[in-house]
Amino acid sequence: MELLSLSAVELGTAIREGRTTAVEAMEAVLARIEEKESLYNCYITVDRDGALSRAADVQRRIEAGELTGPLAGVPVAIKDNLCTEGLLTTCASKILENYVPTFSAEAVLNLERAGAVLIGKTNMDEFAMGSTTETSAYGVTRNPADPEHVPGGSSGGSAAAVASGECFFALGSDTGGSIRQPASFCGVVGMKPTYGTVSRYGLVAYGSSLDQIGPLSRTVEDCAVILEAIASHDVKDSTSVERQDTDFTSALVRDVKGMRIGIPRDYFGEGLDPEVRAAVLQAAELLKENGAVVEEFDLSLVDYAIPAYYTIAAAEASSNLERFDGIKYGYRAEAEGLHQMYKKTRSQGFGPEVKRRIMLGSFVLSSGYYDAYYLKALRVKAMIKGAFDEAFGKYNCILGPAAPTTAPRLGESLSDPIKMYLGDIYTIAVNLAGLPGICVPCGTDKKGLPIGLQLIGDCFREKDLIRAAYTYEQLRKEGK
Amino acid sequence: MSNIITDETIDYVGILAKLDLSGEEKEQAKKDMGRMLDYIDKLNELDTSGVEPMSHAFPVKNVFREDVVTNGDGSETTLRNAPEEKDSMFVVPKTFD
Amino acid sequence: MAKEYETVIGLEVHVELATRTKIFCGCSTAFGGSPNSHTCPVCTGMPGSLPVLNRKVLEHAVAVGLATNCSITRYCKFDRKNYFYPDNPQNYQISQLYLPICRDGWVEIDTPEGAKKIGIHEIHMEEDAGKLIHDEWEDCTLVDYNRSGVPLIEIVSEPDMRSAEEVIAYLEKLRLIIQYLGASDCKLQEGSMRADVNLSVREKGAAAFGTRTEMKNLNSFRAIARAIEGERSRQIDLLEAGEPVVQETRRWDDAKETSYAMRSKEDAQDYRYFPDPDLAPVSISDEYLEEIRSRQPEFRTEKMKRYKEEFELPDYDIEIITGSKHMADIFEATVALGSQPKKVSNWLMVETLRLLKERGMDPEDIRFSPENLAKLIDLTESRAINSTVAKEVFEVMFEEDIDPEEYVEKKGLKMVSDEGALRRTVEEVIAANPQSVQDYRNGKEKAIGFLVGQTMKAMKGKADPGSVNRLLKELL
Repeated sequence: MELLSLSAVELGTAIREGRTTAVEAMEAVLARIEEKESLYNCYITVDRDGALSRAADVQRRIEAGELTGPLAGVPVAIKDNLCTEGLLTTCASKILENYVPTFSAEAVLNLERAGAVLIGKTNMDEFAMGSTTETSAYGVTRNPADPEHVPGGSSGGSAAAVASGECFFALGSDTGGSIRQPASFCGVVGMKPTYGTVSRYGLVAYGSSLDQIGPLSRTVEDCAVILEAIASHDVKDSTSVERQDTDFTSALVRDVKGMRIGIPRDYFGEGLDPEVRAAVLQAAELLKENGAVVEEFDLSLVDYAIPAYYTIAAAEASSNLERFDGIKYGYRAEAEGLHQMYKKTRSQGFGPEVKRRIMLGSFVLSSGYYDAYYLKALRVKAMIKGAFDEAFGKYNCILGPAAPTTAPRLGESLSDPIKMYLGDIYTIAVNLAGLPGICVPCGTDKKGLPIGLQLIGDCFREKDLIRAAYTYEQLRKEGK
Repeated sequence: MSNIITDETIDYVGILAKLDLSGEEKEQAKKDMGRMLDYIDKLNELDTSGVEPMSHAFPVKNVFREDVVTNGDGSETTLRNAPEEKDSMFVVPKTFD
Repeated sequence: MAKEYETVIGLEVHVELATRTKIFCGCSTAFGGSPNSHTCPVCTGMPGSLPVLNRKVLEHAVAVGLATNCSITRYCKFDRKNYFYPDNPQNYQISQLYLPICRDGWVEIDTPEGAKKIGIHEIHMEEDAGKLIHDEWEDCTLVDYNRSGVPLIEIVSEPDMRSAEEVIAYLEKLRLIIQYLGASDCKLQEGSMRADVNLSVREKGAAAFGTRTEMKNLNSFRAIARAIEGERSRQIDLLEAGEPVVQETRRWDDAKETSYAMRSKEDAQDYRYFPDPDLAPVSISDEYLEEIRSRQPEFRTEKMKRYKEEFELPDYDIEIITGSKHMADIFEATVALGSQPKKVSNWLMVETLRLLKERGMDPEDIRFSPENLAKLIDLTESRAINSTVAKEVFEVMFEEDIDPEEYVEKKGLKMVSDEGALRRTVEEVIAANPQSVQDYRNGKEKAIGFLVGQTMKAMKGKADPGSVNRLLKELL
């Protein structure tokens, strides 16, 4: 049995049935990490000894009948902006180079309760600000499909680890596409749930009103199982929603008959790579052939999502990142006097992209600009939400690309921030409107780089997405 | 570029954000911020009069906790990551004159 | 002729709410813990932590708003106030700017010119900061976050006050209302009530306000009065010298009776307020409002009226007793235990006030229980002890809230009711003091007082002076 080719659910079954053990699975993953990590750099921290001892412990509990769930014994990688008690959590920033949290994120605890075994912490764009994982203070991550290309970002380490077999599944966070876009670039499944579905407690905040934690996995089935495990109503998170419908695996049904799917014409305009376009439209065609009602429509306001997003996210980030000041934790620069200490610590501790967004965010909130920029953006956000509401009056889900292109080459993106921001055009509005979105692989381009299909659902309608994505994935696997 | 960011503005934002930019960084920041603001100005094409600013994408309200002490002595964990500590307190450069 | 100036004063009053836990986390608000013992990831700004609002904070804030005639904001939010300072672990304070919980209220104060309404601009909820301690040895500052996240309301008045007296009257009024509500103990010295004074001066009759300054660090009514006088003269001196008053925040140094500007070039005073995305908005229903309203206690004015009708106490007593919610509570509870109202009042008016004054305490600090006061009154009324002994016992009770019955029993302070024993002592005193006996018989009425005193001394104070008097007259 080639362990590393299994999905998380298949591995979990094999462990429960005694065909392998949690320890063997972890050893296989660690061996793959040993082999590939010097090239891909998916991880900031690999907790080798801890992972093996946790795996042994979980194996005992499985054998004792205490852990019976589908993820028991399955090795998982966690994005490095999710707090893990006793394990370095850097957010890929120098300013947290030595930060060891004293508590774990609720989503991480939920996975531990399900018996998943933590391997280590994955690389990312610094504080999740970026689309390539190149803004990390701990080196770039390379795309396993082609190491000369980026894995996407900001959850690039998580996506690449899933793609390369350096884990069985991973958690990421998505503020403007940071799960779906790297999933698209690396050829894996990635999902951003409805805002409030997964507790944000223990997620180091970037844009608090937009951030959501979600799974990166090899299959749609894994994705549904993981989401079912991490979704919970958490009294520690005021924005956490109490939901009764988190039995997401019940939507793993290979059937889209009668499902209404809208294709926004605005997502297929200028800037979209023709190969991506062709692959995505072909996927839509396949769903249509299998009974879905697929039609084109005008979503509108698509061009306004990026400027609204960058205003809101930068404003919230500028405030969220104020706590990194060299006093309570993390990096501290030596300096004369308090204010010099603040400035030196932050100037040396943050990288250029983080500073850029903090500066922008501080400016748009500053006296005299709040109304013109911040409130304006919140009004546009309301309008964008309205446009989606209208669309979901007609459709169960919206289908389009996750990104305008396949993964760019390393070093091509950072020189022009606005061009990089434009790459988020299909993912960002979903965060503004709090919607769920899933990305599933739908082909490769001529260079062999993966292409992702994005499905967007109405708030709390993850099941529609899972059903459509699962059906598509099965049809594709069947060679149709 | 229609938004020209002056040295004064960049210095002012630096004070607000507690960031000290080198000469080169400052020039780059002026350019970047000007371009971003030009881009953000695109929002002005939209008539948003009568639209309520939306903080949360769907209504969550009245989330409370009960007034019950749930935490014990937290000093050890609070201080575990402190760059500098004395007598169970964080040490900072002096704030008094 | 010298110009005449008018002082215009508005107040920002911070009140620590009497909750068990902090505003956004389950840490205790108790005073006196070792440094950073009452802290958790939330109130120390650890990455990934999130705030959740304490239900009780909203209740207290709404109750204070209703009691000060405010309109309650039915949809309110929390905002972040961003500024870097080490006492503020997130480097933003969670407060309310755009939609504060209460607006447009007023309270009435008494002035020599009659009743005056002081407007309340708004009341908002916010979190307190940690404590900074200067370390002389290392010449650095130490930070303790035990107070970080303790819930506050800030009551912002309109600039309606014109003198230190009005300011004090306003503060006294707020303090009473809030104490009556049980929303805070409002102790200035301990910092559970703090006032920042916004002050400007203008020529009498001028329509426009002058430029105002904000004065911080005022820890007592006396400091407030002195700071107002000091700042008034400072501003008038500036104006007389033709210099402008600068709008700034100043720190009052009560020891030096002077203030200095707090501003530095590193503080832009641009707080970049925006709605806190981590907290849900608060929506207040009619039912909620009614529930809080129905729980409002009897306030002072009503209480005063009732005391007059129900207990027939003198106005002076009523004024004093109702001047402290705690004292009024003790009074009512003691009366409820069966003690006669005027007797209870006398103990509060005379001995209690005397001891409070001697020890520099507030009525809020009274520790004896109504049960023990009632027992003491019982002991004196039944003539089990005389008034001198009663005062001694009360003093012990004031300190330690002892049970007076047990105490009197243990110390053997009960009056001697054995008529034979008393008669023998009186006879001995008469025999031992022939001169006084002679004086009395010669018509010097006062001489009997000396003989009473001698008898009491011989009885170690445990005799009823009335009986002693009666027996002396009988035997002489």
